Amino acid sequence: MEIRRYTFIALIIIVLIGVVVVVGKSEVSPGVIIVSMIATTIAVATPLTLGALTGVFCERAGVVNIGIEGMMLASAFFGWFGAIYMNTILKMGAFPSLIIGVIIAVITGGLLGLLHAVLSVTFKVDQIIGGTVINLLAVGISGFLNRQLFFEKGSIFGGQVPHAPGVLPRLHIPLLGDIPVVGTVFEQQPITIAAILLVIITHYVLFYTRWGLRTRAVGEHPRAADTVGINVYRMRYLNVIIGGLIAGLAGAYFTLESVPSFEPLMTNGRGFIALAAMIFGNWSPFGSWAAALVFGAASALQINLQFFRELIPPQWAFFQSSAVVGMVPYILTMLIMTGIIGKTRAPAADGIPYEK
Amino acid sequence: MTTILELKGITKQFPGVLANDHVDFDLKKGEIHALLGENGAGKTTLMNILYGLYKPDSGELYRDGKEVSLNSPKDAIAIGIGMVHQHFMLIPVFTVTENIMLGEEKLKNAVLDRNGVSAKVGELSQKYGLEIDPESFVEDIPVGVQQRVEIVKTLYRKAEILILDEPTAVLTPQEVEDLFRIMRELTSQGVSIIFITHKLKEVLKIADRITVMRAGKVVGTAIPSETDESHLAAMMVGREVILNVEKEPAQPKEDVLQVIDLKVNDLRGLEAVRGVTFSVRAGEILGIAGVQGNGQTELVEALTGLRQSTGGKVVLQGKDMTNNPPRPIIENGLSHIPEDRQRHGLVLAYPVADNLVLCNYYLPPFGVNFVMQNKAIDENARKLVKDFDIRTPSPFVPTSNLSGGNQQKVIVARELSRPVQLLIANQPTRGLDVGSIEYIHRQIVNMRGKGVAVLLVSAELDEIMSLADRIAVMYQGKIVDIVDTQKTTKSELGLKMAGAQAQA
Ligand SMILES: Nc1ncnc2c1ncn2[C@@H]1O[C@H](COP(=O)(O)OP(=O)(O)O)[C@@H](O)[C@H]1O
Ligand SMILES: [Mg+2]
Repeated sequence: MEIRRYTFIALIIIVLIGVVVVVGKSEVSPGVIIVSMIATTIAVATPLTLGALTGVFCERAGVVNIGIEGMMLASAFFGWFGAIYMNTILKMGAFPSLIIGVIIAVITGGLLGLLHAVLSVTFKVDQIIGGTVINLLAVGISGFLNRQLFFEKGSIFGGQVPHAPGVLPRLHIPLLGDIPVVGTVFEQQPITIAAILLVIITHYVLFYTRWGLRTRAVGEHPRAADTVGINVYRMRYLNVIIGGLIAGLAGAYFTLESVPSFEPLMTNGRGFIALAAMIFGNWSPFGSWAAALVFGAASALQINLQFFRELIPPQWAFFQSSAVVGMVPYILTMLIMTGIIGKTRAPAADGIPYEK
Repeated sequence: MTTILELKGITKQFPGVLANDHVDFDLKKGEIHALLGENGAGKTTLMNILYGLYKPDSGELYRDGKEVSLNSPKDAIAIGIGMVHQHFMLIPVFTVTENIMLGEEKLKNAVLDRNGVSAKVGELSQKYGLEIDPESFVEDIPVGVQQRVEIVKTLYRKAEILILDEPTAVLTPQEVEDLFRIMRELTSQGVSIIFITHKLKEVLKIADRITVMRAGKVVGTAIPSETDESHLAAMMVGREVILNVEKEPAQPKEDVLQVIDLKVNDLRGLEAVRGVTFSVRAGEILGIAGVQGNGQTELVEALTGLRQSTGGKVVLQGKDMTNNPPRPIIENGLSHIPEDRQRHGLVLAYPVADNLVLCNYYLPPFGVNFVMQNKAIDENARKLVKDFDIRTPSPFVPTSNLSGGNQQKVIVARELSRPVQLLIANQPTRGLDVGSIEYIHRQIVNMRGKGVAVLLVSAELDEIMSLADRIAVMYQGKIVDIVDTQKTTKSELGLKMAGAQAQA
């Protein structure tokens, strides 16, 4: 079953990469295209991977979180704001500013996680509504503050967007990064690398540690956990907050690693695609990552096709339109979610508040 | 024997119910002390207090003569108390080992030490004769084995006092025997057991002492050798109970249901019913005896239109009903008391009144031109609640608020208040207390008296023996024999149920 799932995922990614190779091979050698597609796929999948891990922590503990989108958006904004503030007002220098920006983003995510936990665990608000509240709140706050802080006359930045401290630098991984051609794949930025490490760590924590066993117990059968002395509320709180911290890191990706700017609504539904990746990945870290890579590959396709726009043969002119190619990741989400393959199984107590 | 546990004057008030009213209870080392009482008597509440899940409003708890106060199950576990809950507290997707160690995990280098715990589990199951496979997933093992996992779970926590809350409710007769063997083994090694049940025979068989509760109070204690079933039943219910159903000899007439060489597959597509042939006549009760899982569920589902058969024929009142959906079968005179009342018998979220018209809501007087006639539905509900003695605050509360026995009465009321020719009752009294059982048995016999053909499926041999006129024994999807109840004995049936060949 799992093998079939992963084979299916690998096939989709190969097809997506293949399309770009076919289109671009007259200009660039296939090897280079493949390596660059893989590198882009991994990088672009980062917020999806992290968002899906947020979902894994929350839902494995029994709390549905559809507020990942909002958590990422708010964190993207506050991280961005923090970095600029440090850089422009406190003149801290680019790299320290970026690091502090990341920290602020992560804390923002954690605080929103805390809010979600308060709503859904303590007050037992319908978790879909709680998540929606967070999404709306994030859109409102980030949009409003963006206007107020950067564009209002008399704002701290004097009514114009100041110079950004740039983005986080690529890391050079010794040995792996030194391999000719293929080495490019490993030249990634820190949040991307952190995301991959977090996939491994989350898997390990969930399935090999006491914390993970208890987390899953609380998400499957909270009363059973309660009768053996596990504090259900505490476990749920902490896992939702951990999920929030990870969503915060995903937010930082948008404004501190991917592009050095903030735009309203810039997360553009990726919190929801992350949720889809988590479900397709059957609530497991590696499964989620694999699914996130599919969406990453679809985005990489979109980016690369724009690059090779002129090479698209005239009978396929339809695909020259960026609007059409831009839909690919979303259409893939829908196709995959209609259950092309495999049964998934949510934690049994997912979304159900625990009443003592 | 020394007293190792004592509860004094335990009182617990729930909104509107005094669940425990100055209850005294004690336990001696190495004994099996049965706590007997009807559903709702307050047994589980008392045990939840003893296990630290609820705090009593007043009363004291003594362990080895010292007063203790329990704030959580952790405290109870710490003084050697273990509880096997009425509804198992196991996580289906975890392995046996993971379930046992949960909350009490063993670590090796900060990682779960699954092998260590697994070995320990093996040791415990060896010591007490509790066979379990530590590596299998709980969802893959039968209920009886899950129960053993629950027991090992308490022993792993070094329990010296074991609370078993209605442990036999979910077990087959064989599994009950197994459990009793295990209980004796445990007590012989110094474990003390509180055994909760409402089944009289079991109490007399296994208990050293019996305490009877009714409506939150202890109404008396007894020693098995000095009491009997009817005495205990009277204590439990508060009035004389007729344990053996009185009935006239059957006067069977024409065949109502004919089943010819019927074959049915189970969920996994394996043949569960492998060609059965029988008929049920008007005015008789045909009992189907058999250990659960020998095809009874699939047979009943095929007869009631809930599952497609793969071969053979079902004829009801002369009409071929093979593989018809439920509605035409119901309209042709079927009433059905399903095995799983919560899943197939009721819409739990609906009010009692709506559940009472679940099979005929679309017919006048309840439905006229696509519009529900609330007045008629309400009147019907009030009448049935009264006639069938359904204990509910009102006919308009969600059915989920009712106790199990009263939920079953809602189904019985709905199914038996209609003019029908065939009643199929599958495990109609499972999990119910003597009062409700007596009531439902009387209703079934009444139906027979009115000339209805009754097919009764039950895993309780006693129930079959006392109600049925003829008994068909099912074993591995086949009917191995059909006998006259008068001309057989319980042990003979037991052998046939276990697969001993019927004499030709
Ligand atoms: N958590 C609760 N809240 C309110 N009422 C309860 C609760 N638990 C039990 N009761 C009520 O207390 C009474 C005793 O229930 P219980 O102890 O479960 O009985 P038993 O185990 O003997 O069947 C019942 O009337 C039941 O409805
Ligand atoms: Mg109970």
